[in-house]
Amino acid sequence: MRFLFKTGYEQDVRLFKHGGQVFWYGVLAVVLLAAPWWAGDYVMTQLHFICIYSIVGFGLMMLVGFTGQISLGHAAFLAVGAYTEALMQAAGIPFVISISCAALFSAVAGLIVGLPALRLKGIYLAIATLAFNVIVEEILARWHSLTGGNEGMTVKPVRMFGYELTNDWQFYYLCLALTVLCGLACVNLLRSPTGRAFVAIRDSEISASCLGVNLAKYKTMSFAISAALTGIAGALYAHKIAFISPEQFTLFQSIELITIVILGGIGFLHGAVLGAAFVIVLPQLISIAKGWLPEGVAPTGLQAVVFGVILILFIIFEPLGLYGRWLKVRTWFELFPFYRRGMFRRQKSYMKSERLR
Amino acid sequence: MLSQILQLLVAGVSQGCVYALVALGFVLIYKATETVNFAQGDVMMLGAFFALTGSVILGWPYWATILFAVGVMAVVGMLTERLVLRPVLGHPAFTVVMITIGVGYVMRGVVTMVPGWGTETHQIPTPYVDDVWKVGGVIIPVQQLMVIAMTAALCAVLYLFFRFTRIGVAMQATSQNQLAAYYMGIPVRRVNMLIWGISAGVAAFAGILLAPATFVHSNMGFIGLKAFPAAVVGGFGSVPGSIVGGLIIGVVEALAGFYLPEGFKDVAAYAVVLVVLLVWPSGIFGETMAKKV
Repeated sequence: MRFLFKTGYEQDVRLFKHGGQVFWYGVLAVVLLAAPWWAGDYVMTQLHFICIYSIVGFGLMMLVGFTGQISLGHAAFLAVGAYTEALMQAAGIPFVISISCAALFSAVAGLIVGLPALRLKGIYLAIATLAFNVIVEEILARWHSLTGGNEGMTVKPVRMFGYELTNDWQFYYLCLALTVLCGLACVNLLRSPTGRAFVAIRDSEISASCLGVNLAKYKTMSFAISAALTGIAGALYAHKIAFISPEQFTLFQSIELITIVILGGIGFLHGAVLGAAFVIVLPQLISIAKGWLPEGVAPTGLQAVVFGVILILFIIFEPLGLYGRWLKVRTWFELFPFYRRGMFRRQKSYMKSERLR
Repeated sequence: MLSQILQLLVAGVSQGCVYALVALGFVLIYKATETVNFAQGDVMMLGAFFALTGSVILGWPYWATILFAVGVMAVVGMLTERLVLRPVLGHPAFTVVMITIGVGYVMRGVVTMVPGWGTETHQIPTPYVDDVWKVGGVIIPVQQLMVIAMTAALCAVLYLFFRFTRIGVAMQATSQNQLAAYYMGIPVRRVNMLIWGISAGVAAFAGILLAPATFVHSNMGFIGLKAFPAAVVGGFGSVPGSIVGGLIIGVVEALAGFYLPEGFKDVAAYAVVLVVLLVWPSGIFGETMAKKV
């Protein structure tokens, strides 16, 4: 077991807490940087998607995991990012500018959604974001002159500094770099007063406002930041898929995005990455499992069933998600004979009313 | 002109009745357990499939089919509460929402895998399929009137149940204050289970009413997403509000589908809900309570 002795204030804000972290993150970085050498085409594609979904996961984690707001409309932000990127690339605008604009426009959309969030709570907020998602999807389908309607539009490969990134590995490094940047931005934000304010709002709005946190400002900001990250992911998504149409950004996409943070572990940035990897790998595992089904049973619904069952089992048995499971395993080893089963148990077993707030 | 509006209104109200019944299911569960059941639409779909089994596969009469589907779904609802929802009692609201979404996925997936149900579109024969009433230039399908009449009857039954029976009053008490109800000797958990049963039964009824209009298929539960705005417009947690909300959404949708350009019909419900939420942040009939600190 490792003991951390605090000998200076700067230790509290240091990115890596101890040498072990430096070592393991270093190993991870080397493995990921070497991916084009050890991974085949198929694995590379999965890695692209994991990077993209991780960025969405970061965005959702900031909103759901750290600010405690609910969104069932993140596919709409993804769509705003994707369409912005597609249109700007079609107009020949450089990638650096276009992806910034994708983030910016998504953030503006997030601001628009965040404004009602100041008055709405819980389920009403969920419905408002859901309604926003449906409306954005419908606008994309109907605004034929701009988006190509339901026929969708093709997206050109990324063009940066005069080069076209046509190879898988070039795009992979781009995705990886952006994922790391977004992750670092989130880590930094959470160490700042803004991040602390988010967490304060999540834990108790009343206490936060008593401590001088401007609820309106920080809730809107959280929506905007979350939407901006999702917009960046949307831009990458557009390039990856190379063809976007409104039916990729439905409510069901939103739900899938939300499951990233639920399965990964709400309230941990690591959880966003783990959840993204899980959500990407799961359909591949299911398609393998389809061969084992008995004769006469149609495999069409298998994916939905497995997905639903996993969601239910996770929430019942591992509410802290994949990262929570890892924490428990690690704690078990660190404390070896002294781990107690109740260490991570929720203290509360009654219902917390949302009607009185 | 006037007859046209009347026809649209009847069509809208009958569609609104289905929304209202699904919304009623949401609200019953929400009032009692503060859980928002995103699977309500899928529960409705499952109910319609049981009705299909009764009427087409087993060849039963219409009324027996209704009783069968409602009964089976009530059991399914209670089992869902017992097995899935009760273990997560006390978790944050959003976690519970996610678990009901998971339940919805499972139901949708299972339906497509059951032999005889599958992914095809089915039809339930009804005794009053193609009849129409002509009242002075106004042509009204009997089926729409039946939907309205049956919804009204169900609402009356539910009202009497909640108002005059012992268990109904106990349910009201539970939904007002669980702790106080518990102190008064009401078995709160069992009451919650029963409420899930009632809600699923109501949803199955809605599914049967909807079946002639949209047919029975594994994605018919998506209508639950329209019933959400209905419940929210009325104010989540208000039973009469859910009925009113459903009717509002149904009528607005019917009128928007006719008078506005194509595409507005699908978003009308959501546009209404956004506007209502901007004016009343907790719906028209929503209760606003503030915590005293």
